Amino acid sequence: MQPRAGERVVVAMSGGVDSSVAAALLVEAGFDVVGISMRLWGESSASGCCSLDDFLDARRVASQLRIPYYVMDFRDTFKRAVVDPFVEEYGIGRTPNPCVLCNQAVKFSSFWDRARELGAEWLATGHYARIVRDDATGSAQLWASRDASKDQSYFLFGVDRTVLERSLFPVGDLPKAVVREHAKRLGMAVADKPESQEICFAPKGDYASFVERHARRQAAAGVVVDREGKVLAQHDGVHRFTIGQRRGLGISASEPLYVTEIDAAAQRVRVGSRAEIVATGLVATRVNWLQPLLPSVGGSFQVKIRSRFAPVEVTLERATEQEFAALAPQGLAAVTPGQAAVLYDRERVVGGGWIERALH
Amino acid sequence: MSQWRAYASRLSLSDVNRRGAPPAGIVFTSGRTESNNLSLLGRAPILTRRSIITTAIEHASVRLPIERMVEDGWTLRTLPVDGGGLVALDEFRCVLDDQIGMVSVAWANNEIGALQPVWEMAQVCRSRGVRFHSDAAQAVGKIPVRIDGIDLLSMSAHKIGGPQGVGALFVGRDIELRPLQLGGGQERGRRAGTENVAAIVGMGEACRLARIELAACGEAWVAMRDRLWARLQAVGGVRCNGPLAGPSLPNTLNVSFAGVRGEALVAGLDLEGVAASSGSACAAGAGEPSHVLLALGRSQDEARDGVRFSFGVTNSLRDVERIAEATAKVVGRIRATHRGVG
Repeated sequence: MQPRAGERVVVAMSGGVDSSVAAALLVEAGFDVVGISMRLWGESSASGCCSLDDFLDARRVASQLRIPYYVMDFRDTFKRAVVDPFVEEYGIGRTPNPCVLCNQAVKFSSFWDRARELGAEWLATGHYARIVRDDATGSAQLWASRDASKDQSYFLFGVDRTVLERSLFPVGDLPKAVVREHAKRLGMAVADKPESQEICFAPKGDYASFVERHARRQAAAGVVVDREGKVLAQHDGVHRFTIGQRRGLGISASEPLYVTEIDAAAQRVRVGSRAEIVATGLVATRVNWLQPLLPSVGGSFQVKIRSRFAPVEVTLERATEQEFAALAPQGLAAVTPGQAAVLYDRERVVGGGWIERALH
Repeated sequence: MSQWRAYASRLSLSDVNRRGAPPAGIVFTSGRTESNNLSLLGRAPILTRRSIITTAIEHASVRLPIERMVEDGWTLRTLPVDGGGLVALDEFRCVLDDQIGMVSVAWANNEIGALQPVWEMAQVCRSRGVRFHSDAAQAVGKIPVRIDGIDLLSMSAHKIGGPQGVGALFVGRDIELRPLQLGGGQERGRRAGTENVAAIVGMGEACRLARIELAACGEAWVAMRDRLWARLQAVGGVRCNGPLAGPSLPNTLNVSFAGVRGEALVAGLDLEGVAASSGSACAAGAGEPSHVLLALGRSQDEARDGVRFSFGVTNSLRDVERIAEATAKVVGRIRATHRGVG
């Protein structure tokens, strides 16, 4: 199904340049555009998400585009589906990815419901990714943005296929510079607004103190040990560590040390050499496939295990509706439980899941 | 010239009161918020009996000054309201003991339109030597407002179509106020600072027009509100938040539709060209349950999802049909979305 001019599109407007230009391009293409900002988190800060400044920026863009604009409340859903699991995951020694969860459980779920309540046929965001539609079947595929440095397809693996079919990424295949040019051409005040890279609800990127403030149990101190179990240092809680982490370990050693294992039950963080963080593969669960059929076992794919890691060649070892296992002949560095593992067939997203464990 | 105009608007403001408040009894302010603050915080230091009675459904500009008074050692007695938002006079008489220095009860509630028995309350207060303040911002221009017997009465110009940022406080004779802002001797020393003459003139004109409009619209609004309520009931799963059969503003109807988020309904109606409002109208308050609806005993969801329809002088019964049709369409679509057939 292809979008047609005149149909109603709800655009998720953050007040940033990407979603602002997305809205503008849809207006220029003749859609019936409605802008909505999501109020996700109550602890408003001067910067970061959901500040009144951001809403004012979005409102200004909307009024410039002469489109209706509303602020809507998703704090309950956001807390339940994103923030609570975020805090919980850190507490059990995993490293969560709240942006992926937010797309899956809020933007392309509750927010899409709200859009449909307003009569929308389509949902648009400012994400950098491509949707390739098959006119015959109406099905949609998710492809990476051609600008690899901006690509956000990793964050979108969890979007339900039926919602993906109804989604539009108007700036998804544009280089950022072109998006900024559009913003300037349109005289948007947000044209030079800086990018937001941090986790939106943890001010100044300080997720550790955020977790400490919101955890149900107080973080327990523990020890950092080497491979043989020798205690090298003390730590203030396992939530301060992630697999592959090198900095902030509080240890001076002759060779660089990396976090190789986090045992939350024992409050123990194990460190080792670079070679020790390289796994041979991974198992991912709670999988969402973005193609109608399961991918073929034995097939060659690429996997991304962190948003900013380069994709790595893998062979699919097992694939079910719920989980998959992939083996990397060249090895996979820093396989981190809690992060997303997204399978690509070159630029196309095949599907993804949440990393359960590394294979060695 | 401008002084004459300001004086003229004092006179037309006093026209709001059919009997005519003496011009000396008006303090021009920046609006209801300032009038409420001056009434409460300007009286508090003078009084020796340091207990105050108010209701659970007051506007923030009454609630927050009272919170400040409580911090300063005042005792607060909050009158409950019934399911329609009305206080009971009997209960009021009981609570009004010799500890009470002041009573503040809004005439009309801004969210649900409930009208309190302020004249009767003022009389009770008078008989016991207690001063009575009423925030009448929502009542002026919607119902006849006579202030005899009410010691302090607040209003805002913009609620009756006047300019924003100007209002008045009617002050009865022999009511002492300790000014909150100090400076020149304007407003008989009760509110220092040069008067905003242009805005005051605008308020005076708005008052003059409001009186004419009220005479023309009062009955029509009642008919429109009743028709709208009948039509909304036909949509189904709807509850009225307010005194359905009791005393209420003629032009206000607050409802909650089961399973329909207030903000979604308001946005959906806006897209259909109907301007309604949810409990808290500002962006910062999006999604908060209304403290007024909670005080009525509504659930958190119901209190979050109240939607207010209010009529103005330009509305007619034809609009009611349009509003009802739009509401039926939007509510139907919202409910269908969650049945999975949208």
